[in-house]
Amino acid sequence: MLSFILRRLGTMALTMLCLTMIVFFLINLEPNLKKLAISQTEMHTSAEQLESWLVNHGYRQNFFVRYGQWLGIVPKQPVTDPATGQPTKRFSFCNDPVVPTFSGVLQGDFGCSTKFKTTVASKLFPALGATGILMFWVLVVMVPISLLIGILAGMREGSRTDRTLSVASIASTATPEYVSGVIFTVIFASWLGILNGSAASASQGITFYNFTLPVMTLAIYGIGYIARMTRASMVEVMTQQYIRTARLKGLSFGSVVVKHALRNALIAPFTVIMLQFPWLLTGVVIVEVMFRYQGFGYTLVEAAGNNDIDLLLGCSLVSVFIVLITQLISDVGYAFLNPRIRVQ
Amino acid sequence: MQVEYISAFNIVLGVLARFWPVWVALAIVMGASFLYKKRLGLYGQLFDSGVGIVGVGICLFWLFTAIFASTVAPFDPLAQVPIMKDVLPGAIEPKSGLIYLFGGDKLARDVFSRMVYGSQIVLIIAPAATGFALMVGITLGLPAGYYGGKIDTVLSFLANLVLAFPVILLFYLLVTPGIMETPIPYGLAGIFFLFPIVFFSVLFWTRYKNRPDRLYILLGLTLILGGWIYTGLVFDRDPLKIIHIDPNQLNIFVAVVFASSPGVFRIVRGLVMDIKTRDYVAAAQTRGESPWYIMLWEILPNARGPLIVDACLRIGYTTILLGTLGYFGLGLAPESPDWGTAIKDASRLLRSFIHPALPPTIALMSFVLGLNLLADSLREQSMKD
Repeated sequence: MLSFILRRLGTMALTMLCLTMIVFFLINLEPNLKKLAISQTEMHTSAEQLESWLVNHGYRQNFFVRYGQWLGIVPKQPVTDPATGQPTKRFSFCNDPVVPTFSGVLQGDFGCSTKFKTTVASKLFPALGATGILMFWVLVVMVPISLLIGILAGMREGSRTDRTLSVASIASTATPEYVSGVIFTVIFASWLGILNGSAASASQGITFYNFTLPVMTLAIYGIGYIARMTRASMVEVMTQQYIRTARLKGLSFGSVVVKHALRNALIAPFTVIMLQFPWLLTGVVIVEVMFRYQGFGYTLVEAAGNNDIDLLLGCSLVSVFIVLITQLISDVGYAFLNPRIRVQ
Repeated sequence: MQVEYISAFNIVLGVLARFWPVWVALAIVMGASFLYKKRLGLYGQLFDSGVGIVGVGICLFWLFTAIFASTVAPFDPLAQVPIMKDVLPGAIEPKSGLIYLFGGDKLARDVFSRMVYGSQIVLIIAPAATGFALMVGITLGLPAGYYGGKIDTVLSFLANLVLAFPVILLFYLLVTPGIMETPIPYGLAGIFFLFPIVFFSVLFWTRYKNRPDRLYILLGLTLILGGWIYTGLVFDRDPLKIIHIDPNQLNIFVAVVFASSPGVFRIVRGLVMDIKTRDYVAAAQTRGESPWYIMLWEILPNARGPLIVDACLRIGYTTILLGTLGYFGLGLAPESPDWGTAIKDASRLLRSFIHPALPPTIALMSFVLGLNLLADSLREQSMKD
């Protein structure tokens, strides 16, 4: 088991290295650098001035050197101030070193956000915290509801409850966040007026009034999917021999479901819920933009829209990490929950 | 000048009436399928369940709407009539006397016409991109599952690499205006569009190796047709000037294929690993058939059930992806009538006007729902066999 986890962690590190390098390459394409230079310098700068800005801020070094600097395996060089000839900070608003040092992701330095004029860490981690709160409430709503729907539907395959709930869950998987968000806002904010169509105030304090719509919107897309997986798993368990034995020996239907079927039927949904996280990530971006909630997704969109290289790299690192770690947890957890699976 | 309105009942009637070519086509196709359902195989079996009929009905509805869009839509999707800015549903356009059935948006365009024309964009890009993703996924998934070993390790690693990308990040990196200045989209397009040609060439080669009369015709046809479409799509240099794709549409296309082919790859790989243990595969191996013959003519036909179901779900998912792209204003032109862009524009103004937001949301939702219902009943029917 331990060697399995270690091997997976090794693959994970390799994947992350490849992915960050791809992201690094795509973000640092020539048109993107140009856009960054234009947005960072004053209006009407000439092509030479843009070029000298890029050179001055170290964007013209070799690709692998820069990637190594970001990673922290190549020392970061301070830039030379063209006026005085002294080494200075790359950006005045960050405490970049003035002497060459190893300062990259491995040392905990995520770089400098050109859009928000601060360090990436001071922008990214509060945003992650805010998204964490959102995710927590989404899971609190999503998991029990979807499991309940799945179990009720899968308990008696082909019954009327099953058909109704199945169609309902298919409908919910057909509703992406930007659709359900609009529909919910129209119903609850515009017509009924009982909920707030914006979660901008949720950064100060979360209330039922401003937080329900984002949570509902995010949860609804996942509910259908998890419920269908739970249903499939439940249907399969209910046809097993031991369920028939339990019924034949005279146990009531309810107690067969709760005591015998449930435990085995919930193994598959666990994996599904864990693998749902990467999907939620896209949903988080949509919902945070739609409801103006200042979290991770909002930061990602701002970073991407403004060519904020270091911030976008930080965001990619975090999201790729989340995807890979949830995959690992789901594999390991599955092996733990299901004794029939033995890891080779 | 005051804009006049018609009543809610007349709006409903008006909408139903505008869709008349769709109703006619729908009635003919559904009626014919119902009559001959015994002879239509899997497609005919769909008409045995309510869910299947609804699914087929919704999908055909949008298909015919896209085909007859110019007849159904009363206005040009980009035409602006200044007086009709933000009008409520049922407003009468004074000059032509035609009606803005679902009202006007903030740029005074007809919401109904935009919704109808939006279906064209979705129904061209989504199935085509899914088709290419299937080609790429199948062509790579077959050898990965069949040979295993190193090929499998490398290909699976690459697939997992793409799958570990959050979709939204991938789109922000791949579908930016700046990237069109670099050769990346064209390079990727060049690789992806090569797959169907390779696929069909190998398909015919393995089957008709010993029958040159058929082989040369089929191979020639594949290469000529494939090469023609290839030059049209990748280099935009179609000698006949029929096939043409905008650079930004090509970019979207490539990004969507890139994002969804690893999913197909995984499914195909899993199916192949399961099927290659069957007796008929062992029989073919004993006969001395070539590996690619076994993969394409023994394994692939037997994996078609799950693949068809997956393709249906995947078209729906691609539609959602296209909507996401539109919602973030990536790739598609800002005035494009596609549903995602329309939702983006309307959702910013929800506080003042809700009518421009509802038609595109409901359209997108119903189309994806139709595809999901179709997939669900296909799965059920194929399980019965």
